[in-house]
Amino acid sequence: MKPGEFYQRDRSMHPPAYTKDYKTSVARSPNYALISLQNSASEITGPTFGHNDIDPMDKDLIHNYASNGACAIGERIIVHGRVLDENGNPVPKTLVEIWQANAGGRYRHKKDTYLAPIDPNFGGCGRTLTDENGYYYFRTVKPGAYPWRNWVNNWRPAHIHLSVFGTAFAQRLITQMYFEGDPLIKTCPILNSIPDADAVEQLIALVDMNATIPLDSIAYKFDIILRGRRSTLFENRLEGN
Amino acid sequence: MAQELPYLRETASQTAGPYVHIGLAPGAAGFDIYEKELGWDIAGPNAKGERIRVEGLVIDGIGSPVKDVMLEAWQANSAGVYAHPEHAGEVEEGFRGWGRVITDFDTGEWGFDTIKPGAVMGRDGRMMAPHINLWIVARGINIGLNTRLYFSDEETANASDPVINIVEWEKRRQTLIAKRQVRDGQIVYRFDICLQGDNETVFFDI
Repeated sequence: MKPGEFYQRDRSMHPPAYTKDYKTSVARSPNYALISLQNSASEITGPTFGHNDIDPMDKDLIHNYASNGACAIGERIIVHGRVLDENGNPVPKTLVEIWQANAGGRYRHKKDTYLAPIDPNFGGCGRTLTDENGYYYFRTVKPGAYPWRNWVNNWRPAHIHLSVFGTAFAQRLITQMYFEGDPLIKTCPILNSIPDADAVEQLIALVDMNATIPLDSIAYKFDIILRGRRSTLFENRLEGN
Repeated sequence: MAQELPYLRETASQTAGPYVHIGLAPGAAGFDIYEKELGWDIAGPNAKGERIRVEGLVIDGIGSPVKDVMLEAWQANSAGVYAHPEHAGEVEEGFRGWGRVITDFDTGEWGFDTIKPGAVMGRDGRMMAPHINLWIVARGINIGLNTRLYFSDEETANASDPVINIVEWEKRRQTLIAKRQVRDGQIVYRFDICLQGDNETVFFDI
């Protein structure tokens, strides 16, 4: 059996477009319903990436923007996990990209004017390909919380943004990873845009003592689940299948 | 309690935020880090077909351009073949079919150079009109928006396209058609995307 269409996305678990407490969504959310589209070749295919697209150093944020011999300031962490689909199958050789603020909550972006300083040895982005088992890891520093103009006194919990491709345009996903025990998690309008409590929990990474490097780095485990696929096409044969 | 089904649940989406460029287009964020940024060459030098430019604005519900958008494009080559192992057929060397583009911070204009895709076989053996699949993320967009860009000079193919035709309101179909123009000898398709309001672009749940 060849893989076919992707399972319908459960949009009652994802954040809806309009979430009034996250104010920017008010004018950027469509009013009309989405038009449901059964998968064609356009949706079940997507870009592929190879090792010549990226450098092995790209996944080490502690060093990938640091001067020779220097490293980023902050709590040294490893972020690792697997990219799986809803069937529990690994998604190998897929591109995972991350970006984040530095240890003080400052982004290296010309539009970020927060008064916490830039770390001269920290860029804040990384990328890697999953291995044949869907496994990935990054080395970085734990990002700080930072304030943003939503309510007068809103602070984002510490978080890392993640972008994942999967094997198809239908699986494309951007999300954010949070850290176990962060008290800001429950007050965040962006995280609370997700209506499903279990889905929120799924974005919170646990400390993984077994993956730490003693006297070097703490580890957090974060698995990413992409849409699964049917193993047969019940209706019509799609081109390429 | 009933048995549980064995499926995992998809990871929930979150907004890409205002600093998406740091991760996906660091040069635009203001720093040079990667040897090669991905997504700036969709078709490559060897692609056959008509060279085109696609450009537009993303407009919010107030009518203002959104200046911190990232769009990704996914398209077939001029023969209607996707650069993907599951799609039968060959693409030209260097043809990736995928691109990433960000809006200008001052004007909100975005654009990319590519080739015009060919028609692709759709479901039920019905041909789909030439189109580019687009995925749009930004601050304030909680889950990426999918749409399709079709071409104004493909009227016949568009009229029988199985996807355009599932849009019940004929008036809304027009939001999916990019307008062809010629500027200084170059073929340019204009495609403005309205996130919300009277001319709201059709978005798909794929």
